Amino acid sequence: MESSQAIYKALKDNNINFIVSVPCINLAKVLEMIEHDEEIKHIPATREEEGFGIAAGAYMAGENTAILMQNSGLGNSINVIASLYKLYRIPILMIISHRGTHGEFITAQIPMGEATPLILEALNIPYHVPSTPEEAYNDIKSAWKVAKAKKHPTAILLEVSFW
Amino acid sequence: MERIEAIKTIIKQLDDELIICNLGFPSRELYSIKDSPRHFYMLGSMGMASSIGLGLALTQKRKVIVFEGDGSLLMNLGSLVTIYSQSPKNLILIILDNGCYATTGSQCTYALKVDLGELAKGIGFKKIFKFEKPHEINMRPILEDEGPIIVHVKVEPGNADVPIIDLNPEEIISRFMKIVSSGK
Repeated sequence: MESSQAIYKALKDNNINFIVSVPCINLAKVLEMIEHDEEIKHIPATREEEGFGIAAGAYMAGENTAILMQNSGLGNSINVIASLYKLYRIPILMIISHRGTHGEFITAQIPMGEATPLILEALNIPYHVPSTPEEAYNDIKSAWKVAKAKKHPTAILLEVSFW
Repeated sequence: MERIEAIKTIIKQLDDELIICNLGFPSRELYSIKDSPRHFYMLGSMGMASSIGLGLALTQKRKVIVFEGDGSLLMNLGSLVTIYSQSPKNLILIILDNGCYATTGSQCTYALKVDLGELAKGIGFKKIFKFEKPHEINMRPILEDEGPIIVHVKVEPGNADVPIIDLNPEEIISRFMKIVSSGK
C-alpha cells in the first residue's frame, strides 16, 4: 500500500464522512482524494482552530469527523481542543503531518516539530506514530475507535520519513 | 438597546430553530430569558460560535441561528470568508455588536472603528440586515429568506444581572444533539 492511499483507505473504512483541513505538502495527495470523494464532505478552513469549530458543529449533527493539518496547526488550536472538545467531550480524528522530524529540510519547522508530541501529552491526547502505510492504516482504525468510545480527540503523527 | 433586550426580542420571534450562543454573558442572558434543549451554550473557545454554526448548518436541514459578538467575530474573521464560500442556505449569523469585550470588563473592540456589516458586504454577503432599535427587529423576512444571512444588531455595552448557567457541558451537548437528531 502507498502511504497516501493507506490514509485515505483508513478514513473510508472507518466511515469518516466530514473532514476539515488546512493543507500541508505531505498531505496533498490525501486531500486530493477526499476532495474527489462524493461520500466525504470536505471543508477547507482558513485556520486550524476554525476547522475544529466547524467539525464540532458537524459532530453535533452526528457526523464522523477528522481534521487534516500540519503540526503547526496544532499550535493554533490548543484552546479550542481544551475548552470545546475536552470540555464537552467531542471526538475527532486528527491526522497530522509532523514536520520538523528526521529528514526535514526547513529549519524553521524544527522548534514546533519538537514541541508537538509534548503538546499532545499536555492535552492528554493519545497519539500514534506509524512508520509504514500498513501501520498507519491500523493506527487510524484504533485511534478512531478510542476517539468515539472516549469522546475525545486522538491523533496520528505522520513524520517526514513516513512519506 | 441593551443586549438582553435584543436577544429577548429575537427569541420571541423564533420557532424551532437551533441556536449556537456565544460564551459569557450572551449565553447567560439567553439562558435566563428562556432555556431550551435547542440552545447550545458555549462555555469556552471564544471565537468559535460562527464556525460551530457553519458545521451544523452544513450537516442538517434545520435553520441554525448563531448569536455572535463583535469581539469574538474579530477573533475568527476568517470564518466569514469560509461561511460566504460554503454559503449554507440555513445559516443566520446574528452579530450582537456592543463595540466592547463586555464579559471581561468592557474593553473597546475595533468594531468601534470598523463596521462589521460593511466588512461582510465587502466579502460578498448579499443579505445583511442592520438593527439599532428593538422595534426595528423583525425576524420574519430573515427566517423566510435563504441564507447565509448576516444580522448586525448594534447594542449598548454592559451585561444584565443574570446568574451563571447551572448546566454541565455534557448535559448541554447531549440534549442538544438529541434535538438535532430528532429533526434531521
